[in-house]
Amino acid sequence: MADKSLELFDAGHRACGGCGPALAARLILKGCGPHTIVTVSTGCMEVFSTPYPETAWKVPLIHSLFENASAVASGIEASLKKQGRNEHVICICGDGATFDIGMLCISGAFERGHNITYICYDNEAYMNTGIQRSGATPYDASTTTSPAGRQSFGNSRPKKDLPSILAAHGAPYVATCSVAYPNDIIKKVERAVNTEGPCYIQVHAPCCTGWGFDGKKTMAVGKLAIETGLWVNFELVNGSVEKAKKIKRRPVEDYLQEQKRFRHLFKPNRNDAEIAKIQAIADVNALKYGIDI
Amino acid sequence: MRERLALSTPVMGACGKTGTWRVFRPVVDREICNACGICSLYCPDGVINEEDYSIDLDYCKGCGICANECPKKAITMERE
Repeated sequence: MADKSLELFDAGHRACGGCGPALAARLILKGCGPHTIVTVSTGCMEVFSTPYPETAWKVPLIHSLFENASAVASGIEASLKKQGRNEHVICICGDGATFDIGMLCISGAFERGHNITYICYDNEAYMNTGIQRSGATPYDASTTTSPAGRQSFGNSRPKKDLPSILAAHGAPYVATCSVAYPNDIIKKVERAVNTEGPCYIQVHAPCCTGWGFDGKKTMAVGKLAIETGLWVNFELVNGSVEKAKKIKRRPVEDYLQEQKRFRHLFKPNRNDAEIAKIQAIADVNALKYGIDI
Repeated sequence: MRERLALSTPVMGACGKTGTWRVFRPVVDREICNACGICSLYCPDGVINEEDYSIDLDYCKGCGICANECPKKAITMERE
C-alpha cells in the first residue's frame, strides 16, 4: 500500500494558486514511493518546480529535452537492469510533449518494452508557452493558435485518443485518472509502477490560467468533466477495458459554462449546433466505455 | 567531480516564500472541522499538515481549493 502521508514534492514551488499539475505531481509521487527516478520533459511542471539550482523534488530527477523523456528513461531502466537494481523509473510529461513532440520516443520505448511508467498530465494545451493548441486540446476550445472569432469556433479537431494508441503497442496497463479523484491516482500509479513492462497513465489536470476559471474551482471543474462524460476514468489491461468509472451523466453545458475557453459558445449568442457536437462526443465516450448507470 | 555537475538539492520553499502571493487566507473553524483530511489531500502545495490539519501560511498561496472542497464548510477565506 502506498503511504499517503509521504510528501516527496515540497511546498514553495512557482505553480499558480490552484494548479492542477502541481497536485498531480504530489499525488503521483505518493503512489510511486521514495525508490523512484523521475525524468521530466520541458513543460509547466519542469519550469515551475525545477529552475536550476532550485528543486521541489525529493527524488532523483533528470530533465533533458522536450521530446526525449521516454528515451532517457529507457536508458536509465536498461542501466539499472544491468546493475541488478529495481528502482521505479517514471516519466512525467505534459500533453504537448506526449501527444505531439515526444510521440516518436514514446512509441520507441513502448515497442522495445522497457519497464517504465509514462505519466502524462493532460492540461489540454501548451500552457507553459502561452496556451497554444496541442493534440490533446478538445473540440471547440479557444487557444491562442486556434482563437475563436467570426470565422472560427476555436480548435476544429477532436482530442487524440492516445491511451488506445499506446494500448495497441501492447502496453500491459494503460489508465486514465483525474486530479479531482486523488485516491484513484495514487492507486493507479501504484499499480502501474508494480506492473512489468511499459505502462501509461494519463492524468486530467485542469489549468486555471489556461482554461479560464477561478483557482478555487480546479477540483470542481475536474469533477464536472467526469460527470458530463467528456473525460472518462478507465483502465485498459492488455488492451481491453477492465474498469470504467460509472456516472449519472449531466449535460455538457455545465462543464463548458465554467470555462473562458468555451465562452464563445454562449456569448453573445448561444450556439446550440456546436454544443450539440460536443454533446455527441460525450455520448460516444459513454457508449464506448459504458459509463452510464 | 561533484562541483562540475549541475546538481540541486531540494529545500522547502526553494523558490521563496510563496505565501506572499496570497490575497485570501484560509481560516479553519475547529468547532465544525471533523478532521476528514480531504483538504490536505487536495492542496496543490501540500501545506496542510496531515496530522493536526494546521496550515503553513508561509507557503499557502490562498487558492481556496480547501475551502471549496471542504464537505463541512469549516474553512472560510478571509481577506489578508
